[in-house]
Amino acid sequence: MTAPVLIVGAAMGGLRTAESLRRAGYTGPIRAIGDEVHAPYNRPPLSKDVLATEVTHAAVAFPARAETADVEWMLGARATSVDLPTHTVTTADGHEHHYSALVIATGLRPRRLDFPPRAGRHAIRTLDDALALRAELVPGARVVVVGSGFLGCELAATATKLGCAVTVVTPSVEPMVRPLGAMLAHELRGRLEGEGVAFVLGASVASMDDDAVTLADGTRIAADVVIEAIGSDCNSEWLAGSGLDLTDGVLADNALRAVTVDGAAHDDVYVVGDIARFPNPMFDDVARRVEHWNIPTDTGRRAGAVLGAALAGDVESAASIPFAPMPSFWSNQFDLKLQAYGLPGLADPDGVRVLEGELGGDVAVGYFRAERLVGVVGVGLKAALLPYRQQIATGGTEA
Amino acid sequence: MTIKIDVDMSLCQHYGQCVFEAPEIFALNEDDKLEYVAEADESLRGNVENAVDVCPMQAIRIVE
Repeated sequence: MTAPVLIVGAAMGGLRTAESLRRAGYTGPIRAIGDEVHAPYNRPPLSKDVLATEVTHAAVAFPARAETADVEWMLGARATSVDLPTHTVTTADGHEHHYSALVIATGLRPRRLDFPPRAGRHAIRTLDDALALRAELVPGARVVVVGSGFLGCELAATATKLGCAVTVVTPSVEPMVRPLGAMLAHELRGRLEGEGVAFVLGASVASMDDDAVTLADGTRIAADVVIEAIGSDCNSEWLAGSGLDLTDGVLADNALRAVTVDGAAHDDVYVVGDIARFPNPMFDDVARRVEHWNIPTDTGRRAGAVLGAALAGDVESAASIPFAPMPSFWSNQFDLKLQAYGLPGLADPDGVRVLEGELGGDVAVGYFRAERLVGVVGVGLKAALLPYRQQIATGGTEA
Repeated sequence: MTIKIDVDMSLCQHYGQCVFEAPEIFALNEDDKLEYVAEADESLRGNVENAVDVCPMQAIRIVE
């Protein structure tokens, strides 16, 4: 029997890769293994609806398609090592999985603060994480959110709407400042504070006990619940010793073929999702990881197409087509609806300016690098962003 | 052959990602609200499936 294409990581990116492989004409066996027990599901509701209402796995699961009905899903199985020369992945139960081609889609896990356990400590990545937190977000609960990225701010908004008293503690000068820049971040903080979220900026947690967190300056903040939203680490440990470049995720070329520390790309090993560090010619030739929701779908489609061509004996027919996905992200916090395209974080320090509207209301903010638009963020605007999206895609300079 | 398309408007946040994948079916109107055609030719199935995939709210489905 032919060894299967083995997809390690049974979430959105793995699912999209399997679907794309079928669309590329590959009819052989596909096996997907993942450490979560749930079939692939949509994560964005975890910081919002799942916390606020009775949402089950069925409500957030991706629809199954006929073309991938014969994919073998091995859930609750964690990969622990790989041997590329013999095409073998070993899982925690000791099973050895032989493969014809390997897709790395093991994603991220929340980074955690290094403190002893206490009741009410949470981080959110999985459905089970969200369900555990939901039980504790009761009216009147005192909640400290550590970290002020999009996830931290969304969690703060959701908890506040549920009647909790929420304080965000962050080392940053403003929430969401890295992707949005200080001007818009400052404006959004004001809006969140107006909704009742308290911020402690420039602060770090020095310790925590069962009743409170204590900041580095000695301030104690009472906390029934502590939510850690301080970023993510890549699940790449199982690839140690493989020779792949594991500097910040897993390095891939533009065809998403995994690249070794010697710079060689494997035609039979691919990287998908937010663990993939790959160059996007929409911006430059620098390989980057992008943790946006659209990336698992875009990279899964791409890897499936290239791998499908490789298995058919003509990898270059697909690999030679440039892959330039448009980064897109969204965030809902109270009535704030943010939508963004491109990579605003690439902007020059003085390259951030209002494109239309005004900061106090609906606004589109442009992010420029060397006078080229590389990102746009809209607050309360949607269709108005589309021409800017086009401008980012085509590398046009400011009109 | 036609396919039927349903958008759960209680989920839809009018992000408009579907518009890029299947402009024949989906559009944002001048009030930034999503409008769509509920029935389409079978030949558009691939585009509509792509629209289903890119909806962050997973609000779109093909009614089989």
